[in-house]
Amino acid sequence: MSSLTLKKKPARIIPGFHLSLGYTMLYVSLLVLLPLSMIFINTMSLSWAEFIAIISDPRAVASYKLSFGTALTAGLLNVVFGTIIAWVLVRYNFPFKRIIDGLVDLPFALPTAVAGIALTSLYAPNGWIGQFFDFKIAFTPLGIIIALTFIGLPFVVRTVQPVLQNISAEIEEASASLGATRLQTFTKVIFPELAPAILTGFSLAFARALGEYGSVVFIAGNMPMKTEITPLIIMTKLEQYDYAGATAIATVMLVTSFVLLFTINIMQWLANRRFVH
Amino acid sequence: MSIQIQNVSKRFGTFQALQDISIDIQSGELIALLGPSGSGKTSLLRVIAGLETSDVGEIFFDGQSITNHHPKERNVGFVFQHYALFRHMTVFENVAYGLRVRPRKTRPSKAEIEAKVMELLRLVKLENFADRYPTQLSGGQRQRVALARALAVEPKVLLLDEPFGALDAKVRKELRRWLRKLHDDFHITSIFVTHDQEEALDVADRIVVMNNGKIEQIGSPDEVYTHPNSPFVYDFLGNVNLFKGRLHNGKLTHGEFAIDVPDSHAHTQDDAVGYVRPHDTQIEKTAVTGTVPVTVSHIHLLGPIVQIELRREDMDEFLEAELSKEHFHVLQLNVGDHVFVRPKQLKVFIPEDFSI
Amino acid sequence: MEHSTPIEQTVPNKGASTNKHAALQEPRFVRYTLTFIALAFLLFFIVLPLVSIFITAFQKGAQVYFDSITHPDALSAIKLTLTVVAIAVPLNAIFGVMAAWVLTKFNFRGKNLLLTIVDLPFAVSPVIAGLVFVLLFGAQGLFGEWLFANDIKIIFALPGIVLATIFVTLPFVARELIPLMQAQGTTEEEASISLGASGFKTFWHVTLPNIKWGLFYGLILCNARAIGEFGAVSVVSGHIRGMTNTMPLHIEILYNEYQFAAAFAVASLMSVLAIITLVIKDIVDWKSKSV
Repeated sequence: MSSLTLKKKPARIIPGFHLSLGYTMLYVSLLVLLPLSMIFINTMSLSWAEFIAIISDPRAVASYKLSFGTALTAGLLNVVFGTIIAWVLVRYNFPFKRIIDGLVDLPFALPTAVAGIALTSLYAPNGWIGQFFDFKIAFTPLGIIIALTFIGLPFVVRTVQPVLQNISAEIEEASASLGATRLQTFTKVIFPELAPAILTGFSLAFARALGEYGSVVFIAGNMPMKTEITPLIIMTKLEQYDYAGATAIATVMLVTSFVLLFTINIMQWLANRRFVH
Repeated sequence: MSIQIQNVSKRFGTFQALQDISIDIQSGELIALLGPSGSGKTSLLRVIAGLETSDVGEIFFDGQSITNHHPKERNVGFVFQHYALFRHMTVFENVAYGLRVRPRKTRPSKAEIEAKVMELLRLVKLENFADRYPTQLSGGQRQRVALARALAVEPKVLLLDEPFGALDAKVRKELRRWLRKLHDDFHITSIFVTHDQEEALDVADRIVVMNNGKIEQIGSPDEVYTHPNSPFVYDFLGNVNLFKGRLHNGKLTHGEFAIDVPDSHAHTQDDAVGYVRPHDTQIEKTAVTGTVPVTVSHIHLLGPIVQIELRREDMDEFLEAELSKEHFHVLQLNVGDHVFVRPKQLKVFIPEDFSI
Repeated sequence: MEHSTPIEQTVPNKGASTNKHAALQEPRFVRYTLTFIALAFLLFFIVLPLVSIFITAFQKGAQVYFDSITHPDALSAIKLTLTVVAIAVPLNAIFGVMAAWVLTKFNFRGKNLLLTIVDLPFAVSPVIAGLVFVLLFGAQGLFGEWLFANDIKIIFALPGIVLATIFVTLPFVARELIPLMQAQGTTEEEASISLGASGFKTFWHVTLPNIKWGLFYGLILCNARAIGEFGAVSVVSGHIRGMTNTMPLHIEILYNEYQFAAAFAVASLMSVLAIITLVIKDIVDWKSKSV
C-alpha cells in the first residue's frame, strides 16, 4: 500500500521538482543533445551515395573490423580474468589483498595517455616484457587488445564482486548437502547468479573499448588497413579538415554503439526477468 | 483539534485509493483506521497530513479548511511506518530537528530546545540514549524516538502509520498500551493506521473500518465487533463461522437444518449466508431444532480458552467453536465425538441493506 | 519497556571471504591456481605498467626529472588542466545532484528517457565528443561565422576544452548518486517536511548528509577522468604549446618527440594523482560503509 504512494500521479510534497527537472533538461539539451545532433545534421548534408562511399572505403571497413574484433576479444578476456579476479578477491585470503583490491581501479583513475605510453614501452620489442617474445606485441592488433583489456578490467571486476559477496553461503550449502560437487555448485548455482553481472560488466567494457582512443594510439602503431582503429580514422580526417568524412564515420560509430547498448539492455532485462521476479 | 473529512477521493492512475471518504473526528479522540493492505488507510492518513493531495474533497481542522495547506502549515505530527529517523543524527538531534529548522523568529533558544527535548526523551524513557544513533537502537526504541520527534513540534494532531507494525508481539502490546496512556495524558487528537484488528479494538476510541478505498463502518470497538454492518467487517474483525442456506419466511434453511432469523420475514433469498462468531457457536450433546450435526476434528487448548474444530456432517465444511476451559470440562469432548452445533447469534446480511 | 540493548547492526557481509566450511571450499590446488592466475594478470596489466612509469621517469636522473616537470610548457599544461577541472567538475557536480534529485524523488513521464540521456556520454567515443563541439563552434561549424565575427574563440581555446571535458565526465556524479538516493527513498524528506522544515533546509540537513559520501565518490571519479581526458580534448585543443596543451596532451607531444624521460616524468605526476585518487576512494568506500 505504501509502495503505491507517490507512484503514478505524484503529489509533489517534496520540493524542487520544476527547478531540478528544468535544470537537468536544459543542461543535457545544451551539452549532450544539441552537440550530438550535429553529427546527424551534418551527415544529412551528404548525399546517400557520398555517405556510402565514405563509410565503405576499404580503410574504414578495415578499421571497423579491427575496432570491433579487438574490443570483443578484450571484453571476453576481461570476462574470464575479471571473474577470476573478483572470485579470488571475495573468496580467498592472501597478503596485501586490500592494496591489490584497490589497484583494480587503477584504469579508472590513470589517464589513458599515461596508460598508453606505459603499456607501449612495456610491450615494445625492446621493452621489459616485449623482449621475451619473438613476435611483436606492441604495434600489432595484439597491442591494441592489451590496451583495451587494461581499460576494461575494472568494469567486470567491479560489477561481479558485489554480487559474489551477496551470494549467501546457505544456497551453496544447500547445493552441497544435496550432493553436488564443488564444480557442479559453481556451474549450476553460483554462475547463473553471476551471469547478469558478468554480462553487464562485459557490455560496459566492450562499449568503452569500442570508442577508446587515448591508450590505443600509442600502442597501435596506427598503420592504415592494419592497426588503425575507427576513432583514429575520425581523428585523421579531422586533421585534414575533412569534416564530412569524419562525421560520416562518427555516425556509423554512434549508431553501432546505440544499437549495441539497446541490445544489451534488452538481454539484461530478459536475464533479470529470469533470475529476479 | 477536531477534524472533518468531507467526500475525499484519490486515485493513483487507474487505482482508486480513496472513494468519497467522510469522517467527523472529535477533539481529543483516538481513532484507528483499520483495513487490509490496499484498503486506502495509509493514503487517507497521508492526505490528512498533506503528504498526498486528494483529487476531490475537503479537510477541516477545527472548522477551517486546510485542504490546500502545505504539510508544514498543518501542525500535524506524523509517525512513519518505518520511523524515517534521520540516520546521520543522534536521538537528541532527531527530536530537536523540528524545533531547530524553524525560522529564526519563531525558533526557541538553544537552552529551551535542550530542555524540551530532554523532557520528551524522559517521557518516552530514552533520556539515557540521547547520544545514540538510530542504528544503535532496538525497534521499540526507534518507535519511541519517532514519537518524541513528532511530539516535539507540539502538534495539534498526531498521525501514526502502522505504528507497531514492525515490532514483535510482546513489545507491540506494551507499546500500544503505553500509547493509550500517553494519549489520555495529552489528549491530542490522534489517528493511527493498522491492519491488526486486536490492536484497533484494544486502543482506539473509535474504529474506522476501510476496504477498497471505502469506509465500511465507523463505530466504537464494541459496536464494530458485536454489530458489524457488513460481511466484510464481520469477517475482518475476528474469526467467523459461515452458515449458507436459503432465507425464507424468517428462517435460514439448508437441508435438515433450519434456524430463526429475526427481522428477515420480508426477505427471500436463495444463497444467503449467516455469520456467527466462534464464541457464539454453542456445542450441544443432543440434537435440538436449529442445530447441525458435527464431528470434533481437533481440540486446541489455548490457556483459559479452548478452540474446537468441528466438521459438519451434512456438508464438507468446518466450523470453529470457542469456549471456556470450565465449560469444556463440563462437556467432556474428545476428538471424533458426534455433537451438535447451535449458532447463538446468527447474522444474515440482506443485500439491499449494505450494497451501495 | 523492552531491553535497552542495541539490536545487532547490519554489518556488510565480509564473512563470505573467510568461509571455513569445507563444503564451500575448492581444493587447495584450485585455490592456489586461481589466485596465481589473478595475481599474475594484475602484475602484467596493472602493477608493471605503474612501476615502469616511475622507473622510466627517473631513468636519466633526478635532474632531468625535475627539469621536465618545471619546464614552462609543463607548468602551463598543469595550470590549464587544473583550470579545466576547476570549471568542469563543480558544474557536473551541481548537475549530478539536480539530476539525481529529479530522477529519484519524483515520478514523471519520460523519466527513463532522461535517465538514458544522462548516461549517453558514456556510450560515445571521446573522439566523437570532441568532434561534436568542432561541428558546433569550429570555423566551418554551425556558429563558426558568428563566433568569428564577434571574435570569440571556443575551439582551439579554453572554452572548447572545458566543454569537451564536461561532456565526457557529465554522468559520473549523477551515476553515483542515483542508485544511492533510490535506495534511500523519500520518507526522511517527508518526515523533515512534516516537522516544518523548508525545502532547502530539508535538502541541507537531511538529504545532503545522507548522500555526502556518494557525492564525494562521484566527484573523485569525475575529477580523475577530467584530469586525464585525452581523446576529446585532443580534438578541440589544437595542441598549441604553452596555450592549449593539457597535461595528457603535453605527455603525447613529449613522447612523440622521443623525449621519453620527460614524458614519463609528467606521466608520473599524473600517476601520483591517480594513486591518491585510489586511496581517497578506498577511504570513502570504507567510510560510507561504516555509516
